[in-house]
Amino acid sequence: MKKISVYLVSLFFLFQSSAQAYSSDPKEFVHELVNEAISKLSDKNLDTEQKKEFIKEVALKNVDINALSLYTLGELRKSSEKEDILNFQKVFEKYFLKSLTSRLTDYSSSKFEIVGEDKKSSNYTIVSSKVIPKNGGPEIKIDWRIFTKNPEKPLIRDLIVEGLSLARTQKEEFASILSSNNNDIKILISKLEEFVNR
Amino acid sequence: MKILKNIIIFKILLFTILASPNVKSAEECFEKTSRAIFKFNMALDNIVLEPIAKGYNKLPSPVRTGTKNFTSNISTLLSIPNNVLQGNFKQVGHSVGSFAVNTTVGILGIFNPAEKMGLKPHKEDTGQTLATYGIGPGCYFVLPILGPTTARDSIGLLADTFIDPFAHVTLREKELFGASGSSLDYYTIKATGTVDFRAENDQNFESLEKNSIDLYSSLKSIYLQDRENKIKNSTDDVDEWGNLDN
Repeated sequence: MKKISVYLVSLFFLFQSSAQAYSSDPKEFVHELVNEAISKLSDKNLDTEQKKEFIKEVALKNVDINALSLYTLGELRKSSEKEDILNFQKVFEKYFLKSLTSRLTDYSSSKFEIVGEDKKSSNYTIVSSKVIPKNGGPEIKIDWRIFTKNPEKPLIRDLIVEGLSLARTQKEEFASILSSNNNDIKILISKLEEFVNR
Repeated sequence: MKILKNIIIFKILLFTILASPNVKSAEECFEKTSRAIFKFNMALDNIVLEPIAKGYNKLPSPVRTGTKNFTSNISTLLSIPNNVLQGNFKQVGHSVGSFAVNTTVGILGIFNPAEKMGLKPHKEDTGQTLATYGIGPGCYFVLPILGPTTARDSIGLLADTFIDPFAHVTLREKELFGASGSSLDYYTIKATGTVDFRAENDQNFESLEKNSIDLYSSLKSIYLQDRENKIKNSTDDVDEWGNLDN
């Protein structure tokens, strides 16, 4: 009984907190989002499933998963059937969330700092940050590509870790799968489904 | 006769690259063979490198930092001739200054006081130098044990052993400013640097292995992005999102 009440209380705080909207200023947006994530992921009162739920909810609200899926599809997004693209986007979302949760639940405590921001255009701002691991490892430079077309609701489109773009890596991985399979989007979809179901 | 043959092979290779400076780096030289070599490298990593890296990660942090500093200080030597060849004399100063300070005050490079003095040399190799001369990467392939490379970078790798002062002293066993060594020293330092790199990125490798649908392509993309960044000495992302209209 005690366990259930602790679970319900933590669930309440989890949803109350993640329901809050972050700032519309790109720098503040990243700062608030990451600090909340750090506090949640290092919270010993939350189990892995609760952390996964938190990551999923935050990602669905703050990452432009649809645009990311289209970007990773490359030129094929222009020539594919609408239905195939919709199927791809559906499975991509599941793939993205599964891959993200598996990466982040192993999170170890780190200090996070915003270094600066660079407004590239009315649509994009790059927010620069660094992560300093508390275990003494080298600091990691992370740039956040923030989509600001709607200035009231910034969205994350890419993370560039030490100069390596996660979106570009994903796009090139998909391009390789597509090129060895006659650019057949259905094969890519089935490979993503395999990953999601394993 | 043998020398002449080697020169001809080298010229053919160089011509292949120079004739195609605009070849997209994503193009493969011989993908099937590269994928087979990649499998072999991964097996070798699982059996040899990964266990050593995991053991290495259990060492106290100061030991790992000291080892990293030591190998990194030696690798600064390769940057000196490459910065000269690139005409980047400010960086020549950083490389020479960093090596001199760390080797003496930093006790053979175990400590890194040069960084606190503002000396931060960029690591430069011959592949990067060739790139600054406008030579494109050529096609991509995987070498046994050494891993991903491009036509340009593989020639650069070979050239490195001729212009690197450390290789001159160890691999070629020639004396330089009274310093001497053996090829064993060369391979030991290179192997230690590899273990340190593998250990530092152990979690990243695990995560990549777990989340990739095609690990070969993910690592290829990472290698090529990393080389691009090293050549332009910047980690600024190139905007490829402009044509995505939503």
